[in-house]
Amino acid sequence: MAKGFDIRRQTGFATVAMACFVILYLPIVLLVIYSFNAGTSVAIWEGFSWRWYQTAWQNEQVQAATVRSLVIATWATLIATCCAVPAALATTRQGTFRGYTFVFAMINQPLMVPEIVTAVALLIFFAMIKVATGYTGLFYLIIAHSAFCIPFAYMPIRARLQGMDLSLEQAAMDLYGTPWRVFRRVTLPQLWPGILAGAMLAFVISLDDVVITEFVKSAGQDTLPTYMLGQLRRVVTPEVNAISTALLAISVVLVIAFFFLSRKKK
Amino acid sequence: MSDAATTRATRSRWLLLAPALAVLVFAASGPLLIVLIYSFLTPGDYGGVVWSLSPDAWFSVVMEQDFFTEEIGFADAHLSIFWRSIKLSLMTALLTFVFGFPTAYFIATRPREKRDIWMLLIIIPFWTNLLIRTFAIMELIRAEGTVNSALLALGIIDEPIQMLFTEFAILLGMAYVYLPLMVLPIYASLERFDFTLVEAGYDLYASRWRVLRKVIFPLAKPGVIAGSILVFVPSLGAYVTPRVLGGGKQLMLGNLIELQFGAGRNWPLGAALSLTLLAIVMVALILYVRAAGNEEVRHG
Repeated sequence: MAKGFDIRRQTGFATVAMACFVILYLPIVLLVIYSFNAGTSVAIWEGFSWRWYQTAWQNEQVQAATVRSLVIATWATLIATCCAVPAALATTRQGTFRGYTFVFAMINQPLMVPEIVTAVALLIFFAMIKVATGYTGLFYLIIAHSAFCIPFAYMPIRARLQGMDLSLEQAAMDLYGTPWRVFRRVTLPQLWPGILAGAMLAFVISLDDVVITEFVKSAGQDTLPTYMLGQLRRVVTPEVNAISTALLAISVVLVIAFFFLSRKKK
Repeated sequence: MSDAATTRATRSRWLLLAPALAVLVFAASGPLLIVLIYSFLTPGDYGGVVWSLSPDAWFSVVMEQDFFTEEIGFADAHLSIFWRSIKLSLMTALLTFVFGFPTAYFIATRPREKRDIWMLLIIIPFWTNLLIRTFAIMELIRAEGTVNSALLALGIIDEPIQMLFTEFAILLGMAYVYLPLMVLPIYASLERFDFTLVEAGYDLYASRWRVLRKVIFPLAKPGVIAGSILVFVPSLGAYVTPRVLGGGKQLMLGNLIELQFGAGRNWPLGAALSLTLLAIVMVALILYVRAAGNEEVRHG
Protein backbone atom coordinates (compact mmCIF):
# COMPACT_ATOMS: atom_id res chain seq x y z
CA MET A 1 0.00 0.00 0.00
CA ALA A 2 2.10 2.81 -1.32
CA LYS A 3 -0.50 5.47 -0.80
CA GLY A 4 -1.54 4.23 2.63
CA PHE A 5 -4.99 3.24 3.72
CA ASP A 6 -7.48 5.93 2.73
CA ILE A 7 -10.30 5.65 5.22
CA ARG A 8 -12.62 7.69 3.04
CA ARG A 9 -12.38 5.40 0.05
CA GLN A 10 -15.20 3.02 -0.73
CA THR A 11 -14.56 0.45 -3.44
CA GLY A 12 -16.36 1.26 -6.67
CA PHE A 13 -17.90 4.53 -5.49
CA ALA A 14 -15.66 6.72 -7.62
CA THR A 15 -16.45 4.55 -10.65
CA VAL A 16 -20.21 4.87 -10.08
CA ALA A 17 -19.85 8.62 -9.56
CA MET A 18 -17.93 9.00 -12.82
CA ALA A 19 -20.56 6.87 -14.59
CA CYS A 20 -23.20 9.20 -13.14
CA PHE A 21 -21.56 12.31 -14.51
CA VAL A 22 -21.16 10.68 -17.92
CA ILE A 23 -24.82 9.57 -17.91
CA LEU A 24 -25.97 13.04 -16.84
CA TYR A 25 -24.14 14.84 -19.62
CA LEU A 26 -23.88 12.37 -22.51
CA PRO A 27 -27.50 12.67 -23.71
CA ILE A 28 -27.38 16.48 -23.51
CA VAL A 29 -24.02 16.64 -25.31
CA LEU A 30 -25.33 14.39 -28.09
CA LEU A 31 -28.43 16.56 -28.39
CA VAL A 32 -26.28 19.68 -28.76
CA ILE A 33 -23.94 18.00 -31.28
CA TYR A 34 -26.79 16.92 -33.55
CA SER A 35 -28.26 20.42 -33.55
CA PHE A 36 -25.30 21.21 -35.84
CA ASN A 37 -26.00 18.27 -38.15
CA ALA A 38 -26.10 19.06 -41.85
CA GLY A 39 -28.49 16.15 -42.50
CA THR A 40 -32.09 15.76 -41.40
CA SER A 41 -31.37 12.94 -38.95
CA VAL A 42 -30.88 13.32 -35.23
CA ALA A 43 -28.71 10.18 -35.08
CA ILE A 44 -26.58 10.04 -38.26
CA TRP A 45 -23.89 12.69 -38.52
CA GLU A 46 -23.59 14.27 -41.95
CA GLY A 47 -21.28 17.17 -41.30
CA PHE A 48 -21.38 20.52 -39.55
CA SER A 49 -23.88 23.23 -40.46
CA TRP A 50 -25.88 26.08 -38.95
CA ARG A 51 -28.86 25.26 -41.13
CA TRP A 52 -31.20 24.16 -38.32
CA TYR A 53 -30.52 27.30 -36.35
CA GLN A 54 -31.42 29.28 -39.46
CA THR A 55 -34.54 27.18 -39.98
CA ALA A 56 -35.62 27.72 -36.37
CA TRP A 57 -34.78 31.42 -36.53
CA GLN A 58 -36.94 31.89 -39.64
CA ASN A 59 -39.81 29.74 -38.37
CA GLU A 60 -42.60 32.16 -37.52
CA GLN A 61 -44.15 29.85 -34.96
CA VAL A 62 -40.81 29.58 -33.17
CA GLN A 63 -40.38 33.35 -33.28
CA ALA A 64 -43.82 33.93 -31.79
CA ALA A 65 -43.31 31.24 -29.14
CA THR A 66 -39.92 32.70 -28.20
CA VAL A 67 -41.32 36.19 -27.76
CA ARG A 68 -44.24 34.79 -25.77
CA SER A 69 -41.94 32.73 -23.53
CA LEU A 70 -39.77 35.77 -22.82
CA VAL A 71 -42.74 38.07 -22.17
CA ILE A 72 -44.32 35.59 -19.75
CA ALA A 73 -41.02 34.82 -17.99
CA THR A 74 -40.20 38.52 -17.60
CA TRP A 75 -43.59 39.42 -16.15
CA ALA A 76 -43.69 36.34 -13.94
CA THR A 77 -40.19 37.09 -12.64
CA LEU A 78 -41.13 40.69 -11.86
CA ILE A 79 -44.36 39.78 -10.10
CA ALA A 80 -42.90 36.81 -8.22
CA THR A 81 -39.88 38.82 -7.03
CA CYS A 82 -42.00 41.80 -5.98
CA CYS A 83 -44.16 39.40 -3.95
CA ALA A 84 -41.22 37.44 -2.56
CA VAL A 85 -39.20 40.36 -1.17
CA PRO A 86 -41.87 41.65 1.27
CA ALA A 87 -42.87 38.05 2.08
CA ALA A 88 -39.28 37.22 2.98
CA LEU A 89 -39.02 40.36 5.11
CA ALA A 90 -42.21 39.41 6.95
CA THR A 91 -41.12 35.84 7.65
CA THR A 92 -37.48 36.23 8.71
CA ARG A 93 -37.04 39.16 11.04
CA GLN A 94 -39.23 38.66 14.07
CA GLY A 95 -39.14 34.93 14.71
CA THR A 96 -42.26 32.82 14.37
CA PHE A 97 -45.73 34.27 14.72
CA ARG A 98 -49.33 33.12 14.66
CA GLY A 99 -50.09 31.73 11.23
CA TYR A 100 -46.40 31.15 10.41
CA THR A 101 -46.95 27.50 9.45
CA PHE A 102 -49.88 28.52 7.27
CA VAL A 103 -47.83 31.15 5.45
CA PHE A 104 -44.91 28.78 5.02
CA ALA A 105 -47.19 26.08 3.62
CA MET A 106 -48.84 28.58 1.28
CA ILE A 107 -45.56 29.86 -0.13
CA ASN A 108 -44.12 26.38 -0.61
CA GLN A 109 -47.35 24.88 -1.88
CA PRO A 110 -46.25 24.99 -5.53
CA LEU A 111 -43.28 22.81 -4.56
CA MET A 112 -45.37 20.19 -2.77
CA VAL A 113 -48.50 19.84 -4.86
CA PRO A 114 -47.84 17.85 -8.05
CA GLU A 115 -47.69 20.15 -11.05
CA ILE A 116 -50.38 18.24 -12.91
CA VAL A 117 -52.84 18.85 -10.05
CA THR A 118 -52.21 22.60 -10.06
CA ALA A 119 -52.45 22.54 -13.85
CA VAL A 120 -55.86 20.87 -13.74
CA ALA A 121 -57.05 23.26 -11.03
CA LEU A 122 -55.99 26.28 -13.08
CA LEU A 123 -57.53 24.85 -16.24
CA ILE A 124 -60.90 24.58 -14.48
CA PHE A 125 -60.68 27.91 -12.67
CA PHE A 126 -59.48 29.92 -15.67
CA ALA A 127 -62.03 28.24 -17.94
CA MET A 128 -64.71 29.65 -15.63
CA ILE A 129 -63.20 33.13 -15.77
CA LYS A 130 -62.75 32.93 -19.54
CA VAL A 131 -66.41 32.09 -19.96
CA ALA A 132 -67.48 34.83 -17.56
CA THR A 133 -65.29 37.64 -18.89
CA GLY A 134 -64.52 36.60 -22.46
CA TYR A 135 -60.87 37.60 -21.92
CA THR A 136 -58.40 34.99 -23.20
CA GLY A 137 -55.11 36.91 -23.19
CA LEU A 138 -51.71 36.18 -21.73
CA PHE A 139 -52.70 37.29 -18.21
CA TYR A 140 -53.68 33.74 -17.20
CA LEU A 141 -50.28 32.34 -18.11
CA ILE A 142 -48.48 35.24 -16.46
CA ILE A 143 -50.33 34.95 -13.15
CA ALA A 144 -50.02 31.13 -13.14
CA HIS A 145 -46.27 31.40 -13.75
CA SER A 146 -45.96 34.11 -11.10
CA ALA A 147 -47.54 31.82 -8.50
CA PHE A 148 -45.22 28.85 -9.01
CA CYS A 149 -42.19 31.15 -9.32
CA ILE A 150 -42.79 32.71 -5.88
CA PRO A 151 -41.13 29.94 -3.82
CA PHE A 152 -38.09 29.96 -6.11
CA ALA A 153 -37.70 33.73 -5.80
CA TYR A 154 -38.43 33.57 -2.06
CA MET A 155 -35.81 31.00 -1.04
CA PRO A 156 -32.59 32.86 -1.98
CA ILE A 157 -33.97 36.17 -0.66
CA ARG A 158 -34.87 34.58 2.65
CA ALA A 159 -31.48 32.88 2.87
CA ARG A 160 -29.78 36.23 2.27
CA LEU A 161 -31.92 37.96 4.92
CA GLN A 162 -31.17 35.28 7.49
CA GLY A 163 -27.45 35.74 6.99
CA MET A 164 -27.67 39.54 7.32
CA ASP A 165 -26.49 41.57 10.26
CA LEU A 166 -29.33 43.42 11.99
CA SER A 167 -27.11 45.97 13.73
CA LEU A 168 -26.81 48.29 10.72
CA GLU A 169 -30.57 48.57 10.45
CA GLN A 170 -30.87 49.13 14.17
CA ALA A 171 -28.29 51.91 13.94
CA ALA A 172 -30.26 53.51 11.10
CA MET A 173 -33.45 53.34 13.12
CA ASP A 174 -31.71 54.82 16.15
CA LEU A 175 -30.85 57.72 13.87
CA TYR A 176 -34.57 58.25 13.29
CA GLY A 177 -34.66 56.73 9.81
CA THR A 178 -38.22 56.04 8.72
CA PRO A 179 -38.92 52.34 8.04
CA TRP A 180 -39.05 52.96 4.28
CA ARG A 181 -35.81 54.96 4.32
CA VAL A 182 -34.07 52.29 6.39
CA PHE A 183 -35.26 49.65 3.97
CA ARG A 184 -34.16 51.58 0.87
CA ARG A 185 -30.84 52.83 2.17
CA VAL A 186 -29.68 49.98 4.41
CA THR A 187 -31.59 46.73 3.86
CA LEU A 188 -32.06 46.81 0.11
CA PRO A 189 -28.40 47.41 -0.84
CA GLN A 190 -27.40 44.38 1.21
CA LEU A 191 -30.28 42.32 -0.13
CA TRP A 192 -29.60 42.82 -3.86
CA PRO A 193 -27.58 39.64 -4.48
CA GLY A 194 -30.40 37.59 -2.94
CA ILE A 195 -33.05 39.37 -5.00
CA LEU A 196 -31.05 38.95 -8.19
CA ALA A 197 -30.48 35.26 -7.46
CA GLY A 198 -34.17 34.75 -6.73
CA ALA A 199 -35.20 36.57 -9.89
CA MET A 200 -32.86 34.43 -11.99
CA LEU A 201 -34.25 31.20 -10.56
CA ALA A 202 -37.79 32.42 -11.17
CA PHE A 203 -36.91 33.31 -14.75
CA VAL A 204 -35.40 29.89 -15.45
CA ILE A 205 -38.34 28.11 -13.84
CA SER A 206 -40.87 30.10 -15.85
CA LEU A 207 -38.97 29.66 -19.10
CA ASP A 208 -38.81 25.88 -18.63
CA ASP A 209 -42.37 25.20 -17.55
CA VAL A 210 -44.31 22.72 -19.66
CA VAL A 211 -47.16 21.18 -17.70
CA ILE A 212 -48.98 24.21 -16.30
CA THR A 213 -48.51 26.17 -19.53
CA GLU A 214 -49.85 23.27 -21.58
CA PHE A 215 -53.07 23.23 -19.54
CA VAL A 216 -53.57 26.96 -19.07
CA LYS A 217 -52.75 28.26 -22.56
CA SER A 218 -55.54 29.21 -24.93
CA ALA A 219 -55.33 28.29 -28.60
CA GLY A 220 -52.33 29.89 -30.29
CA GLN A 221 -50.53 30.67 -27.03
CA ASP A 222 -47.67 28.19 -27.33
CA THR A 223 -44.49 28.95 -25.45
CA LEU A 224 -41.21 27.42 -26.63
CA PRO A 225 -41.49 24.31 -24.42
CA THR A 226 -45.12 23.57 -25.33
CA TYR A 227 -44.30 24.18 -29.01
CA MET A 228 -41.50 21.62 -28.69
CA LEU A 229 -43.79 19.17 -26.90
CA GLY A 230 -46.18 19.43 -29.85
CA GLN A 231 -43.34 18.88 -32.32
CA LEU A 232 -42.19 15.68 -30.59
CA ARG A 233 -45.29 13.92 -31.92
CA ARG A 234 -44.08 14.36 -35.49
CA VAL A 235 -40.87 13.34 -37.21
CA VAL A 236 -38.21 15.10 -35.24
CA THR A 237 -35.64 17.09 -37.21
CA PRO A 238 -32.55 18.72 -35.68
CA GLU A 239 -34.57 21.94 -35.58
CA VAL A 240 -35.89 20.82 -32.19
CA ASN A 241 -32.27 20.19 -31.15
CA ALA A 242 -31.36 23.71 -32.19
CA ILE A 243 -34.22 25.25 -30.16
CA SER A 244 -33.30 23.02 -27.21
CA THR A 245 -29.66 24.07 -27.40
CA ALA A 246 -30.62 27.73 -27.35
CA LEU A 247 -32.87 27.22 -24.31
CA LEU A 248 -30.18 25.13 -22.59
CA ALA A 249 -27.65 27.90 -23.14
CA ILE A 250 -29.88 30.46 -21.42
CA SER A 251 -30.53 28.17 -18.44
CA VAL A 252 -26.89 27.16 -18.04
CA VAL A 253 -25.64 30.76 -18.13
CA LEU A 254 -28.24 31.85 -15.56
CA VAL A 255 -27.60 28.88 -13.27
CA ILE A 256 -23.83 29.38 -13.31
CA ALA A 257 -24.34 33.09 -12.63
CA PHE A 258 -26.70 32.18 -9.78
CA PHE A 259 -24.13 29.74 -8.40
CA PHE A 260 -21.36 32.31 -8.18
CA LEU A 261 -23.72 35.00 -6.94
CA SER A 262 -24.92 32.89 -4.03
CA ARG A 263 -21.44 31.52 -3.30
CA LYS A 264 -19.86 34.94 -2.84
CA LYS A 265 -21.89 35.69 0.24
CA LYS A 266 -20.30 32.88 2.29
CA MET B 1 -43.83 45.85 23.53
CA SER B 2 -47.14 47.57 24.12
CA ASP B 3 -50.35 46.15 22.72
CA ALA B 4 -50.60 48.90 20.14
CA ALA B 5 -47.06 48.25 18.94
CA THR B 6 -47.75 44.53 18.69
CA THR B 7 -50.89 45.18 16.69
CA ARG B 8 -48.99 47.49 14.40
CA ALA B 9 -46.23 44.91 13.89
CA THR B 10 -48.81 42.23 13.11
CA ARG B 11 -50.61 44.47 10.67
CA SER B 12 -47.46 45.46 8.81
CA ARG B 13 -46.40 41.82 8.65
CA TRP B 14 -49.63 40.74 6.99
CA LEU B 15 -49.47 43.76 4.69
CA LEU B 16 -46.03 42.60 3.58
CA LEU B 17 -47.35 39.10 3.02
CA ALA B 18 -50.48 40.24 1.21
CA PRO B 19 -49.19 40.39 -2.40
CA ALA B 20 -47.61 36.92 -2.27
CA LEU B 21 -50.63 35.38 -0.58
CA ALA B 22 -53.01 37.05 -3.04
CA VAL B 23 -51.18 35.64 -6.06
CA LEU B 24 -50.89 32.20 -4.47
CA VAL B 25 -54.53 32.06 -3.43
CA PHE B 26 -55.62 33.18 -6.89
CA ALA B 27 -53.39 30.93 -8.98
CA ALA B 28 -52.33 28.02 -6.76
CA SER B 29 -54.31 27.14 -3.60
CA GLY B 30 -57.73 28.63 -4.33
CA PRO B 31 -58.33 26.70 -7.55
CA LEU B 32 -57.64 23.45 -5.64
CA LEU B 33 -60.92 24.01 -3.77
CA ILE B 34 -62.74 24.32 -7.09
CA VAL B 35 -61.24 20.98 -8.11
CA LEU B 36 -62.80 19.48 -5.01
CA ILE B 37 -66.21 20.88 -5.96
CA TYR B 38 -65.85 19.73 -9.57
CA SER B 39 -65.09 16.18 -8.47
CA PHE B 40 -68.67 15.97 -7.13
CA LEU B 41 -70.37 17.24 -10.28
CA THR B 42 -71.70 15.57 -13.44
CA PRO B 43 -69.63 15.67 -16.63
CA GLY B 44 -70.96 17.75 -19.50
CA ASP B 45 -71.30 16.22 -22.95
CA TYR B 46 -68.53 18.30 -24.53
CA GLY B 47 -66.21 18.70 -21.56
CA GLY B 48 -66.89 21.00 -18.65
CA VAL B 49 -69.55 20.11 -16.10
CA VAL B 50 -73.26 20.12 -15.44
CA TRP B 51 -74.07 21.65 -12.06
CA SER B 52 -75.75 18.66 -10.43
CA LEU B 53 -74.19 16.75 -7.57
CA SER B 54 -73.00 13.23 -8.21
CA PRO B 55 -70.58 10.86 -6.50
CA ASP B 56 -69.97 9.05 -9.81
CA ALA B 57 -66.55 10.55 -10.42
CA TRP B 58 -65.19 9.29 -7.11
CA PHE B 59 -66.84 5.96 -7.70
CA SER B 60 -65.14 5.54 -11.07
CA VAL B 61 -61.68 6.30 -9.71
CA VAL B 62 -61.30 2.65 -8.73
CA MET B 63 -64.66 1.00 -9.51
CA GLU B 64 -66.74 0.51 -12.64
CA GLN B 65 -70.13 -0.80 -13.55
CA ASP B 66 -70.39 -3.20 -16.45
CA PHE B 67 -72.45 -1.58 -19.20
CA PHE B 68 -74.45 -4.71 -20.02
CA THR B 69 -74.65 -6.79 -16.87
CA GLU B 70 -74.62 -3.78 -14.46
CA GLU B 71 -72.20 -5.72 -12.32
CA ILE B 72 -69.96 -3.60 -10.13
CA GLY B 73 -66.25 -4.41 -10.14
CA PHE B 74 -62.85 -2.84 -9.87
CA ALA B 75 -61.83 -0.59 -12.75
CA ASP B 76 -58.89 -2.66 -13.92
CA ALA B 77 -57.70 -0.06 -16.41
CA HIS B 78 -57.42 2.60 -13.71
CA LEU B 79 -55.96 0.25 -11.12
CA SER B 80 -53.24 -0.90 -13.50
CA ILE B 81 -52.31 2.74 -14.15
CA PHE B 82 -52.20 3.46 -10.40
CA TRP B 83 -50.05 0.38 -9.94
CA ARG B 84 -47.71 1.34 -12.79
CA SER B 85 -47.32 4.87 -11.39
CA ILE B 86 -46.48 3.66 -7.90
CA LYS B 87 -44.24 0.84 -9.13
CA LEU B 88 -42.27 3.03 -11.53
CA SER B 89 -41.93 5.81 -8.94
CA LEU B 90 -40.57 3.40 -6.33
CA MET B 91 -38.19 1.90 -8.88
CA THR B 92 -37.07 5.40 -9.89
CA ALA B 93 -36.32 6.22 -6.25
CA LEU B 94 -34.36 2.96 -5.89
CA LEU B 95 -32.43 3.46 -9.13
CA THR B 96 -31.51 7.05 -8.31
CA PHE B 97 -30.39 5.89 -4.86
CA VAL B 98 -28.12 3.18 -6.30
CA PHE B 99 -26.41 5.76 -8.51
CA GLY B 100 -26.91 8.83 -6.34
CA PHE B 101 -25.53 7.60 -3.03
CA PRO B 102 -22.03 6.73 -4.29
CA THR B 103 -21.99 9.97 -6.27
CA ALA B 104 -22.94 12.07 -3.25
CA TYR B 105 -20.35 10.21 -1.16
CA PHE B 106 -17.71 10.73 -3.82
CA ILE B 107 -18.38 14.48 -3.89
CA ALA B 108 -18.46 14.74 -0.09
CA THR B 109 -15.01 13.14 0.13
CA ARG B 110 -13.37 15.54 -2.36
CA PRO B 111 -11.18 18.37 -1.02
CA ARG B 112 -13.42 21.11 0.34
CA GLU B 113 -12.65 23.73 -2.28
CA LYS B 114 -13.44 21.35 -5.15
CA ARG B 115 -16.79 20.10 -3.82
CA ASP B 116 -18.70 23.14 -5.03
CA ILE B 117 -17.59 22.59 -8.60
CA TRP B 118 -18.62 18.91 -8.49
CA MET B 119 -21.98 19.94 -7.05
CA LEU B 120 -22.39 22.53 -9.79
CA LEU B 121 -22.07 19.66 -12.27
CA ILE B 122 -25.03 17.98 -10.53
CA ILE B 123 -27.06 21.18 -10.26
CA ILE B 124 -26.75 22.34 -13.89
CA PRO B 125 -28.76 19.44 -15.37
CA PHE B 126 -31.32 19.90 -12.59
CA TRP B 127 -32.01 23.50 -13.64
CA THR B 128 -32.17 22.75 -17.33
CA ASN B 129 -35.47 22.11 -19.02
CA LEU B 130 -37.06 18.80 -18.07
CA LEU B 131 -38.62 18.45 -21.50
CA ILE B 132 -35.24 18.89 -23.17
CA ARG B 133 -33.64 16.27 -20.94
CA THR B 134 -36.49 13.87 -21.67
CA PHE B 135 -36.09 14.62 -25.37
CA ALA B 136 -32.35 13.89 -25.07
CA ILE B 137 -33.18 10.43 -23.66
CA MET B 138 -35.70 9.91 -26.44
CA GLU B 139 -33.07 10.56 -29.10
CA LEU B 140 -30.73 8.18 -27.34
CA ILE B 141 -33.04 5.17 -27.22
CA ARG B 142 -35.29 5.49 -30.28
CA ALA B 143 -35.14 2.78 -32.93
CA GLU B 144 -32.83 4.84 -35.15
CA GLY B 145 -31.22 6.48 -32.10
CA THR B 146 -27.67 6.52 -30.84
CA VAL B 147 -27.78 3.37 -28.73
CA ASN B 148 -29.37 1.20 -31.40
CA SER B 149 -27.12 2.61 -34.13
CA ALA B 150 -24.04 1.88 -32.04
CA LEU B 151 -25.18 -1.67 -31.20
CA LEU B 152 -26.00 -2.35 -34.85
CA ALA B 153 -22.67 -0.98 -36.02
CA LEU B 154 -20.85 -3.17 -33.52
CA GLY B 155 -22.81 -6.19 -34.72
CA ILE B 156 -24.18 -6.97 -31.26
CA ILE B 157 -27.77 -6.88 -32.50
CA ASP B 158 -29.25 -7.50 -35.95
CA GLU B 159 -32.26 -5.24 -35.66
CA PRO B 160 -33.02 -2.28 -33.39
CA ILE B 161 -34.31 -3.04 -29.90
CA GLN B 162 -37.66 -1.42 -29.14
CA MET B 163 -36.87 0.68 -26.08
CA LEU B 164 -38.98 3.78 -26.69
CA PHE B 165 -42.64 3.60 -25.60
CA THR B 166 -41.96 0.96 -22.95
CA GLU B 167 -42.06 1.07 -19.15
CA PHE B 168 -38.28 0.75 -19.25
CA ALA B 169 -38.07 4.00 -21.23
CA ILE B 170 -40.20 5.84 -18.65
CA LEU B 171 -38.14 4.44 -15.77
CA LEU B 172 -34.89 5.39 -17.47
CA GLY B 173 -36.18 8.88 -18.28
CA MET B 174 -37.49 9.58 -14.78
CA ALA B 175 -34.32 8.27 -13.12
CA TYR B 176 -32.32 10.47 -15.46
CA VAL B 177 -34.27 13.67 -14.87
CA TYR B 178 -34.67 13.22 -11.10
CA LEU B 179 -31.19 11.92 -10.22
CA PRO B 180 -29.98 15.35 -8.98
CA LEU B 181 -32.87 15.42 -6.48
CA MET B 182 -31.39 12.29 -4.84
CA VAL B 183 -27.79 13.49 -4.85
CA LEU B 184 -28.47 16.94 -3.33
CA PRO B 185 -29.93 15.92 0.07
CA ILE B 186 -27.58 12.93 0.51
CA TYR B 187 -24.65 15.21 -0.16
CA ALA B 188 -26.04 17.70 2.37
CA SER B 189 -26.12 15.01 5.06
CA LEU B 190 -22.65 13.66 4.21
CA GLU B 191 -20.99 17.04 3.76
CA ARG B 192 -20.33 17.58 7.46
CA PHE B 193 -19.68 13.92 8.12
CA ASP B 194 -17.05 13.31 10.78
CA PHE B 195 -14.63 10.80 9.28
CA THR B 196 -12.96 10.04 12.61
CA LEU B 197 -16.00 7.82 13.17
CA VAL B 198 -14.98 5.81 10.12
CA GLU B 199 -11.44 5.63 11.42
CA ALA B 200 -12.73 4.33 14.73
CA GLY B 201 -14.65 1.66 12.85
CA TYR B 202 -11.52 0.49 11.01
CA ASP B 203 -9.53 0.54 14.24
CA LEU B 204 -12.05 -1.95 15.56
CA TYR B 205 -11.30 -4.21 12.57
CA ALA B 206 -14.50 -3.51 10.67
CA SER B 207 -14.45 -4.25 6.94
CA ARG B 208 -15.14 -1.49 4.41
CA TRP B 209 -18.61 -2.88 3.77
CA ARG B 210 -19.35 -3.03 7.49
CA VAL B 211 -18.19 0.54 8.03
CA LEU B 212 -20.35 1.65 5.13
CA ARG B 213 -23.38 -0.18 6.46
CA LYS B 214 -23.01 0.47 10.19
CA VAL B 215 -21.35 3.89 10.34
CA ILE B 216 -21.78 5.89 7.15
CA PHE B 217 -25.20 4.77 6.04
CA PRO B 218 -27.06 5.40 9.33
CA LEU B 219 -25.72 8.96 9.43
CA ALA B 220 -26.66 9.56 5.80
CA LYS B 221 -30.13 8.17 6.35
CA PRO B 222 -31.98 11.50 6.74
CA GLY B 223 -30.57 12.58 3.40
CA VAL B 224 -31.54 9.28 1.81
CA ILE B 225 -35.11 9.57 3.10
CA ALA B 226 -35.37 13.18 1.91
CA GLY B 227 -33.95 12.24 -1.48
CA SER B 228 -36.36 9.34 -1.87
CA ILE B 229 -39.33 11.63 -1.18
CA LEU B 230 -38.00 14.32 -3.51
CA VAL B 231 -37.74 11.73 -6.29
CA PHE B 232 -40.89 9.74 -5.49
CA VAL B 233 -43.31 12.69 -5.38
CA PRO B 234 -42.61 14.24 -8.80
CA SER B 235 -42.29 10.76 -10.36
CA LEU B 236 -45.78 9.87 -9.17
CA GLY B 237 -47.26 12.98 -10.76
CA ALA B 238 -45.00 12.88 -13.82
CA TYR B 239 -46.69 13.96 -17.03
CA VAL B 240 -44.07 15.02 -19.57
CA THR B 241 -41.69 12.06 -19.24
CA PRO B 242 -44.34 9.30 -19.58
CA ARG B 243 -46.02 11.24 -22.39
CA VAL B 244 -42.83 11.57 -24.43
CA LEU B 245 -41.16 8.26 -23.57
CA GLY B 246 -44.30 6.17 -23.02
CA GLY B 247 -45.83 7.52 -26.21
CA GLY B 248 -49.44 7.27 -25.02
CA LYS B 249 -49.12 3.51 -24.70
CA GLN B 250 -47.80 3.32 -21.15
CA LEU B 251 -50.02 5.76 -19.26
CA MET B 252 -49.18 7.04 -15.83
CA LEU B 253 -51.48 8.91 -13.45
CA GLY B 254 -50.60 12.30 -14.91
CA ASN B 255 -51.54 11.14 -18.41
CA LEU B 256 -54.76 9.52 -17.20
CA ILE B 257 -55.76 12.82 -15.62
CA GLU B 258 -54.92 14.75 -18.79
CA LEU B 259 -56.97 12.28 -20.82
CA GLN B 260 -60.11 13.20 -18.83
CA PHE B 261 -59.74 16.84 -19.83
CA GLY B 262 -58.97 15.98 -23.45
CA ALA B 263 -60.47 13.09 -25.35
CA GLY B 264 -62.13 11.58 -22.25
CA ARG B 265 -64.31 14.65 -21.67
CA ASN B 266 -64.91 13.68 -18.07
CA TRP B 267 -63.79 16.68 -16.02
CA PRO B 268 -65.24 15.44 -12.69
CA LEU B 269 -63.33 12.15 -13.02
CA GLY B 270 -60.18 14.13 -13.88
CA ALA B 271 -60.75 16.25 -10.77
CA ALA B 272 -61.28 13.18 -8.57
CA LEU B 273 -58.15 11.51 -9.99
CA SER B 274 -56.12 14.69 -9.36
CA LEU B 275 -57.23 14.78 -5.75
CA THR B 276 -56.43 11.08 -5.37
CA LEU B 277 -52.92 11.80 -6.62
CA LEU B 278 -52.68 14.75 -4.24
CA ALA B 279 -53.81 12.51 -1.35
CA ILE B 280 -51.13 9.90 -2.10
CA VAL B 281 -48.49 12.64 -2.24
CA MET B 282 -49.68 14.09 1.08
CA VAL B 283 -49.51 10.65 2.74
CA ALA B 284 -45.95 10.26 1.44
CA LEU B 285 -45.01 13.71 2.76
CA ILE B 286 -46.54 13.01 6.18
CA LEU B 287 -44.70 9.69 6.40
CA TYR B 288 -41.53 11.58 5.51
CA VAL B 289 -42.03 14.23 8.19
CA ARG B 290 -42.61 11.46 10.75
CA ALA B 291 -39.55 9.50 9.62
CA ALA B 292 -37.40 12.64 9.65
CA GLY B 293 -38.74 13.49 13.13
CA ASN B 294 -37.86 10.01 14.43
CA GLU B 295 -34.34 10.31 13.05
CA GLU B 296 -33.88 13.58 14.87
CA VAL B 297 -35.07 12.09 18.14
CA ARG B 298 -32.74 9.12 17.75
CA HIS B 299 -29.65 11.10 16.88
CA GLY B 300 -30.46 14.08 19.05
